[in-house]
Amino acid sequence: MSNISQATEGVVTHYNDKVVRQFAIMTVVWGIVGMAVGVFIAAQLMFPALNFDIPWLTYSRLRPLHTNAVIFAFGGCALFATSYYVVQRTCHTRLFSDRLAAFTFWGWQLVIVLAAITLPLGITQSKEYAELEWPIDLLIAVVWVAYAVVFFGTIVKRKIKHIYVANWFFAAFIITIAVLHIVNNIALPVSLTKSYVVYSGVVDAMVQWWYGHNAVGFFLTAGFLGMMYYFVPKQAGRPIYSYRLSIVHFWALISIYMWAGPHHLHYTTLPDWAQSLGMVFSLILLAPSWGGMINGLMTLSGAWHKLRTDPILKFLVVALSFYGMSTFEGPMMSIKTVNALSHYTDWTVGHVHSGALGWVAFITIGSLYALIPKLFGRSQMWSVKLMEAHFWIATVGIVLYVTSMWIAGVMQGLMWRATNDDGTLTYTFVEALKSTYPYYGIRLLGGVLYLAGMAIMAVNVWKTVRDAKPVEVPVAAPVHA
Amino acid sequence: MSIGTIRGLLTLAIFAAFIALWVWAWSKNRKNDFELMARLPLESDGEARGDRS
Repeated sequence: MSNISQATEGVVTHYNDKVVRQFAIMTVVWGIVGMAVGVFIAAQLMFPALNFDIPWLTYSRLRPLHTNAVIFAFGGCALFATSYYVVQRTCHTRLFSDRLAAFTFWGWQLVIVLAAITLPLGITQSKEYAELEWPIDLLIAVVWVAYAVVFFGTIVKRKIKHIYVANWFFAAFIITIAVLHIVNNIALPVSLTKSYVVYSGVVDAMVQWWYGHNAVGFFLTAGFLGMMYYFVPKQAGRPIYSYRLSIVHFWALISIYMWAGPHHLHYTTLPDWAQSLGMVFSLILLAPSWGGMINGLMTLSGAWHKLRTDPILKFLVVALSFYGMSTFEGPMMSIKTVNALSHYTDWTVGHVHSGALGWVAFITIGSLYALIPKLFGRSQMWSVKLMEAHFWIATVGIVLYVTSMWIAGVMQGLMWRATNDDGTLTYTFVEALKSTYPYYGIRLLGGVLYLAGMAIMAVNVWKTVRDAKPVEVPVAAPVHA
Repeated sequence: MSIGTIRGLLTLAIFAAFIALWVWAWSKNRKNDFELMARLPLESDGEARGDRS
């Protein structure tokens, strides 16, 4: 028992897994809600009558609900759960403050509920991925500061000298999101439900996409890389392939991501040099992104046979593969001449979802399948077969979704730019839209399959935790202090 | 010194810092520490108690 750390009076301390359990369960719940909204609005694009002429159900109001729910509710809960778990395990200590940790859970749930109420009502700042109005923004800021205090407080009281690389990624994610959120949402309120952002014109656009792309870089990438650097080695049963590469990966990624935002504003009134700067940094970004992907995949060398029997590893490995694919596609799309074709088309939607469904959600699902049994004192999930089914159904869903949007996007881009000999446009907008219908159908099918996978996960999680007694896990003494 | 020169020097400084990071990360002195750190996720659970005492 020498590996169970004894506090000075001989009292055994335990990890705070309660808050991890809460966030982990809510990840599944919000994942289903957010993806269901996504499937519904995908159906609306195919059958516009599905808004039933009710303002609350229009695409314009439900689309931000979908993005907020999947990014901040599903992704956010997953990041809270895994960062709280990983920081305790790799620092060999209990979370800094149980009360503050509980506050971050209930505060974050309140933010999500408020978003779910205000967005369908049409209360919005009209900033993409930052739609929520100022009172909710203030609440987010307070919750986020509490999150930072809990996370860094835990790092400070760690029992080992080093800070494991996963925690570096989580730390960068927490700090950067605080900065992005506060700067992008500085606004003058005119009423409880309406405010005006202080920036105007092209500065507003640049601030917005500095925020928007770094939300991708730090919320949807750095945070989930933290997950990757813990759960991939853990599940493969092997240390990370190259620890020194992970350090270079970290510093290169966080210093380059910051500058990529202008690629969202190609051929706008943003000064040309800024557009080119955004493009160049986006291209450079390929290097650290692939460095990280290779580091994750190579961790499996010598353990590849485990892929055959372990659906959790399948999720993690396919997540890394999609990470590699979308971080290749992203730099390519940031090239101005490519962007001239791809921008404003469904190619962008396909790109985002290959990252979101393939990378972010798959690394989350794999991590949750590894995490949930541990949190509830089980050796593994209730059904391995259901995990396997979830994996294949979701994978087919992604492939249908992404390929249909690629084809649709390239087709739209080509139709929009086609001109006749006399310089007039060959196609009207509606003609391009009409040609897109079949692909909207395939995309809808892909989305339905992906959602079905989540439903399977919900059943599996329910069966795993239903009769389980949450266990108190004693803090393990460090092997090397 | 013009603002352009300062920016140029800053770029050089950051570039040098990046090279220094590589050198530091690949130096022999770090090897042992890094190997121990890389094992942290495998040794940290507290679930496999008893098997390491």
